[in-house]
Amino acid sequence: MCIDCGCGSQTEHHHHHDHDHHHEHDHDKAHDHHHDQPARTVRIEEDLLAKNNRLASGNRALFREHGIFTLNLVSSPGSGKTSILEKTLRDLQSEMHFAVLEGDQQTANDADRIAATGVPVHQINTGAGCHLDAHMVAHGVEHFHLDKLDILMIENVGNLVCPASFDLGEDHKVAVLSVTEGEDKPLKYPHMFRAADLMLINKVDLLPYLSFDLNRCLAYARQINPDMRIIEMSCVSGVGMEEWYAWLRQQVTQKQLKAS
Amino acid sequence: MHELGITKNIVDIAERNAREQGAQRVLTVTVTVGDLSGVVADAVEFCFEVCIQGTLLEQARLIIERVEGKGRCRECGAETAMDTMTFSCPACGSFALDRLAGEELSIKEMEIE
Ligand SMILES: Nc1nc2c(ncn2[C@@H]2O[C@H](COP(=O)(O)OP(=O)(O)O)[C@@H](O)[C@H]2O)c(=O)[nH]1
Ligand SMILES: [Mg+2]
Ligand SMILES: [Zn+2]
Repeated sequence: MCIDCGCGSQTEHHHHHDHDHHHEHDHDKAHDHHHDQPARTVRIEEDLLAKNNRLASGNRALFREHGIFTLNLVSSPGSGKTSILEKTLRDLQSEMHFAVLEGDQQTANDADRIAATGVPVHQINTGAGCHLDAHMVAHGVEHFHLDKLDILMIENVGNLVCPASFDLGEDHKVAVLSVTEGEDKPLKYPHMFRAADLMLINKVDLLPYLSFDLNRCLAYARQINPDMRIIEMSCVSGVGMEEWYAWLRQQVTQKQLKAS
Repeated sequence: MHELGITKNIVDIAERNAREQGAQRVLTVTVTVGDLSGVVADAVEFCFEVCIQGTLLEQARLIIERVEGKGRCRECGAETAMDTMTFSCPACGSFALDRLAGEELSIKEMEIE
């Protein structure tokens, strides 16, 4: 039971304020039941994400133990997560050991693109689920030799809402926003941009052809998350890639120092 | 829309606790949902109807207690009401707002018999 989100399978939204039948049990049906125990109130006080958070902590401990730096890449569909991974793996796999978990609702296309680089990849199909959760990641990494890894890249399902609430055990969430999207995305999805520590503004090679206002986008992003690091990049022209790689190298080194 | 998963958690946690208490059924469940939690209360209500089928909660009423967002400015210390579109301090304009309330997402209590 890895799928705990059935979004998309819910289509009938008509009757959700009709609660008449709830009140029946208060009187009519009460006498149907044995009243060996009177009604009583029980305090529970349990976080609804507690189970996911517990599993995520387990993942985090596992990654720490093995000195694996882990990123959770989130964006709308088509922002360039897989393209960024492909280019990064091709450029850096001679100096670091990568593995990739690919989250997708249906296909294995992205996993095939990653596999073509020669880097170990495992596909997680979430079906109706609109996000990865810590349980899926825990099983996903069973497919890798953790001792050999420096970096685990997790490409989440293309969705800027749901993945924000689900910790996978990563070191950082990385939000990818491409310049073919609206510059106000950070304002529209504040949850995600607040949860991210790094934002990659991708496809900047297209800026000359678009009316995308980069400075406004930067200003919005800073409003939402003043501490977020921002790198402008393009998988096509290669601009910004060195800055991203430098950040990765530094983070991986720090993680390994902590593990040893 | 991850509310279905969240709602399943509500039902699972309530059922587990109800069984531990030897209850026949759950009459009400009270959950706390902060306005900044990223979860839409209406959607939880809708999913609840689906998720309780065949459980000890089959006839239970869901009570959602909303918690309004509140923040404090790191620069000037002013406290302000926050919704998901509040980014800056209304007093001084700073963007450095710490969230004090509104991110709650928990099951609080239930009535069983
Ligand atoms: N012009 C341009 N296109 C890009 C860039 N990065 C990705 N793309 C294109 O954007 C589309 C979606 O990219 P993909 O990596 O599949 O996005 P994902 O859904 O976030 O994984 C593909 O057609 C890519 O070739 C870029 O930097 N510049
Ligand atoms: Mg992709
Ligand atoms: Zn202020």
